[in-house]
Amino acid sequence: MVSVTSQPEEGRKSAPFPAWLRKFLTTCGSIAATMLGLLLVTFVIGRVMPIDPVLAIVGERASQESYDAVYHQLGLDKPLMVQFFYYLWDVLHGDFGNSLLTARPVSQDIARVFPATMELATLGVVIGMFLGIPMGVLSAVHRGTWIDQTIRVLTLVGYSMPIFWLGMMGLLLFYGILGWVGGPGRLDIFFEGLVPSVTGMVLVDALLAGDMDVFWNGFSHLILPASLLGYYSLAYISRMTRSFMLEQLSAEYITTARVKGLSERQVIWGHAFKNIRVQLVTVVALSYANLLEGSVLTEIIFSWPGIGSYITTALLSADMNAVLGGTVVVGLIFICLNILSDLLYKIFDPRAK
Amino acid sequence: MSEQTLKQWLLSDAPTSRMQARVAGLYQGWLRLTSNWMTLTGLIILTALVLVAVCAPLLAPHDPFEQDLLNRLKPIGYDDHYLGTDSLGRDILSRLIYGSRITLYIVALVTLIAPVVGLLVGTVAGYLGGWTDQILMRTTDVFLAFPRLVLALAFVAALGPGIENAVLAISLTAWPPYARMARAETLTIRSSDFIAAIRLQGAGPLRIITRHIWPLCISSLIVRVTLDMAGIILAAAGLGFLGLGAQPPSPEWGAMISEGRRFILDHWWVATIPGLAIFTVSLAFNLLGDGLRDVLDPKDGGHG
Amino acid sequence: MMIFKSLLAGAAIGLAISTSPMAIAATPDNVLVVAMRIDDITTLDPAESFEFAGGDVSRNVYMKLVNFDPTDLDAGYKPEIAESWTVSDDGTTITFKIKEGLSFHSGNPVTAEDVEFSLQRAVLLNKTPSFILTQFGFSAENVAQTIKADGDTVTITTDQPYATSFVLNCLTATIGGIVDKKTVLAHEVDGDMGNEWLKTNSAGSGAYSVQAWNPSDSVVMTANPDYYRGTPEMTRVIIKHVQESASQRLQLERGDIDVARNLNPEDVAGISSVEGVKVVDELKGRLMYLSLNQQHPVLSKPKVREAFKYLVDYEGMTQSFLKGQYTVHQNFLPQTYLGASSENPFALNLEKAKALLEEAGVDGLELTVGVREAQERLEIAQSFQNNAAAAGIKVNLTVGTGKQILGQYRARELDVYLGAWGPDYPDPHTNAGTFAFNPDNSKEANATGLLAWRNGWDTAGLTEKTAAAVVENDRAVRAKLYDEIQAEFRETSPFIVMAQQIEQNAMNEKVMNFSGGQAITSASYWQVTK
Repeated sequence: MVSVTSQPEEGRKSAPFPAWLRKFLTTCGSIAATMLGLLLVTFVIGRVMPIDPVLAIVGERASQESYDAVYHQLGLDKPLMVQFFYYLWDVLHGDFGNSLLTARPVSQDIARVFPATMELATLGVVIGMFLGIPMGVLSAVHRGTWIDQTIRVLTLVGYSMPIFWLGMMGLLLFYGILGWVGGPGRLDIFFEGLVPSVTGMVLVDALLAGDMDVFWNGFSHLILPASLLGYYSLAYISRMTRSFMLEQLSAEYITTARVKGLSERQVIWGHAFKNIRVQLVTVVALSYANLLEGSVLTEIIFSWPGIGSYITTALLSADMNAVLGGTVVVGLIFICLNILSDLLYKIFDPRAK
Repeated sequence: MSEQTLKQWLLSDAPTSRMQARVAGLYQGWLRLTSNWMTLTGLIILTALVLVAVCAPLLAPHDPFEQDLLNRLKPIGYDDHYLGTDSLGRDILSRLIYGSRITLYIVALVTLIAPVVGLLVGTVAGYLGGWTDQILMRTTDVFLAFPRLVLALAFVAALGPGIENAVLAISLTAWPPYARMARAETLTIRSSDFIAAIRLQGAGPLRIITRHIWPLCISSLIVRVTLDMAGIILAAAGLGFLGLGAQPPSPEWGAMISEGRRFILDHWWVATIPGLAIFTVSLAFNLLGDGLRDVLDPKDGGHG
Repeated sequence: MMIFKSLLAGAAIGLAISTSPMAIAATPDNVLVVAMRIDDITTLDPAESFEFAGGDVSRNVYMKLVNFDPTDLDAGYKPEIAESWTVSDDGTTITFKIKEGLSFHSGNPVTAEDVEFSLQRAVLLNKTPSFILTQFGFSAENVAQTIKADGDTVTITTDQPYATSFVLNCLTATIGGIVDKKTVLAHEVDGDMGNEWLKTNSAGSGAYSVQAWNPSDSVVMTANPDYYRGTPEMTRVIIKHVQESASQRLQLERGDIDVARNLNPEDVAGISSVEGVKVVDELKGRLMYLSLNQQHPVLSKPKVREAFKYLVDYEGMTQSFLKGQYTVHQNFLPQTYLGASSENPFALNLEKAKALLEEAGVDGLELTVGVREAQERLEIAQSFQNNAAAAGIKVNLTVGTGKQILGQYRARELDVYLGAWGPDYPDPHTNAGTFAFNPDNSKEANATGLLAWRNGWDTAGLTEKTAAAVVENDRAVRAKLYDEIQAEFRETSPFIVMAQQIEQNAMNEKVMNFSGGQAITSASYWQVTK
């Protein structure tokens, strides 16, 4: 649902800043507060976790001596708050530290894994949008008929499916048996490294390099997991579209438009749909944010080297720098998308003014 | 009244008592709910689930924990193993039946925790406003901005795997939307005349929140909970799939899929059957939730 | 929806019963594509690398003083960078003569100085595997004297006379990899001896160099055209991380990969009927064991220890869910190791276990078994749980990630631990030195690296025997000593060794001479053809 967090105006008389600036600063302030909270919670979770980050580095055979050395090296002998401030200081300087698992800077890792997730989620949300919106409109227009019911059941099914199970089944059928799509991973092995990585997104890179073979190979790997995610977001988008449309269709101006003799098509697309576009942007943005953070299981099933599986693996190995870095990035994007959609809503929706 | 049948009494346009009005309202809601085959299907499936869970010992043909290494990975319909056996030769049907108890347990616990916490935070924030509101809502934002599964994973990892901890972790990720919703509703209710009147009578904030605001938030909360239930079951299954939910030998459905996925190519039923079970139950919750929304949530445009 | 379901189900059955030949989407003839789990690689630096997948990479990138020939593993170590060696009369000094004409990937010649630098570096960096070298008495203080280059020879001096084979076997471990001193030092940062750089790069002289390592995704290696045994036929080796066994199998069936290294028994059974695919078995060194914490008042009773050895269904497990991938083995030395015993006296016997427990006066025992989240271990744990229940013992499983459970194990917090142990170097001392060696069992000793200590077991005299065996230079006598230690260990120890691993590598039948390294070393690729 759309949340418009409008603060009740306190009515301060002599504001030193113009209203828009104050609003801007408040927004920035709340983002900063949220991010700080996000970091703190992640940090605390990381430290109370019974997984020992030192063991994660030194391994099973380590003697107590090498254990203690690493313990000290990681600064774990300092008080928790001190550790947190050190970390915060580094982050403010753009340094997320090194990952224990990959032995590289976390920022570099994220630059590698995030585009993979973005590519997947973007195609997913595009599929969800282009199928979900027409289905939602159709469902609302033909409310109560078999069309409506079929679409509703179809979307509810998408909501109810354990995505990891559907993923396994999809892989088995479309890759294993039919051979229509590529297998796990982003490319066939011998297509790897053929085009220079510019954006980190295989399809975009292939297009930039003009290599259509790589493009189609990448596409054949991407299409199945993206369709799964797309199905999931389709369910959400079409449900929301339906209920927005129903609201519009029962409004008086629609009756007026009909009385004026406009064609049904004009009424639906020209009037009713026009009025829900802004709300839909919000829904799509939210859905996109959800896919970006919610593709963990899909990534695991499809060996997709994305941010979801990156954070999960890191978490289970107590690679806290990686977990913190990944969480901050995902959280930041989530917050930004939310603010963006709120903003759009406020700018374009007449009622919100 | 003696002339009337019960049905007429319930459907009367002019209720004669408060009780009649209330009961009649419920009855009409019930009628609307069951008039839709989709909702009805959901309801029937869930009732069946409860019955299966209650009667598990009577229904299960085998002990769900009994191993038989000689008869492992047997196909559907083998001997008296109607749905085959798993990797340790345990009867899948019996495990499925006992697993329904775990599913219900998860559902019940999360329902007890997440919406209540959300309601509490949201109404307090909305009613008191000011700094309390700021702090509570920023906290909510923090949890909302967290990648959901990651937060749950982190919590389970911190608390140690197990079904109770999985439930706690899921609740932790599930409450913020309720808080936001409750806050929004509180904001509209707070400024209404009747709250002002109650306040004039000298009622304190605690009384107003618990006695007058909570009841008004309940119906939209119920809808939301039912719609979320599918997501919660899937999240629990996801944790089970990652080995962080119920612990072996517990027949939790997600864990069963996880165990069975190794045999997906040759013994597909081991993972597929619990997958179907999860799918059926979450679909049922979605169907019911959809119907409930039509009935209870007037904003969404009445009956369906 | 239901139509879709039944379609799927039908298709799956179709797949299960069909024995379709392999699709012909073959990989290029000069590229070897291997699918395996490589998410355990956290570093490529040979002085630090200590995991299975990392060992594979390292074996192909770095040459060592002495090394194994993958086409003749039974022969034991052979000269590689060292042309020959001599041992001093007192048995404490070994002098290696360095072969001439070898060069690193950078073009720099391999010299005695590089050998000295590499071994000293491993000691000085003091990373986890450093104990393999420091057990000979090397330390940061004395390493300048104990490991020394002089002209074309390198001399190493140990603190007491060890069996020469023991020392040389240790040098075949990953940590014995010789790095290119000039190249490494060029990348030194803050006196780290190039550790940070070597974590993600390679500077060796072996058959391959690392072109790229993408963590949890892939390792790409390029052949070294100047390799001393000739340019490898596979000019590129791509190791691809594929988590699921089913995915590896599908990819092999479709011809997208050449070798699948982590297939489970069911998938091996499934794929062996596919045309064009073969499965090659290799006995590995990894052992599956249960251990009983001797700090526990009941578990420390000898009768109870014995009873537990009858509560494991050795045969049942290796015939069902471990089939083909583990073989019953009840001794701490893996088969093919010097002195390894092949006596397996125990079998599942509930009556006997119950009787023993009764004699010990055990009633209503409840235990916590720590096990890490891995399917085969969970199944072993559940099977054991089942048998224990039949003998009146309630077993609760604590499942967690490896690090989680390991932490508890190292802190002596678990009643029972179910785990696996793989040898660190191909010498019997690698296992004897941890299972049957514990000089100080006190809590303060904190010898967390020793399995005996973790279980609070004082080894009842085996510590001395183990110490004696490691300095014995007569091979036959040494073997006999280990046999005796194992015999006693089997009966008295709180360890229940259950099975030894067999690795089943499935591959395209065109792939020849693939070697996973058996129980003594890691995989190598230079000799592979297809």
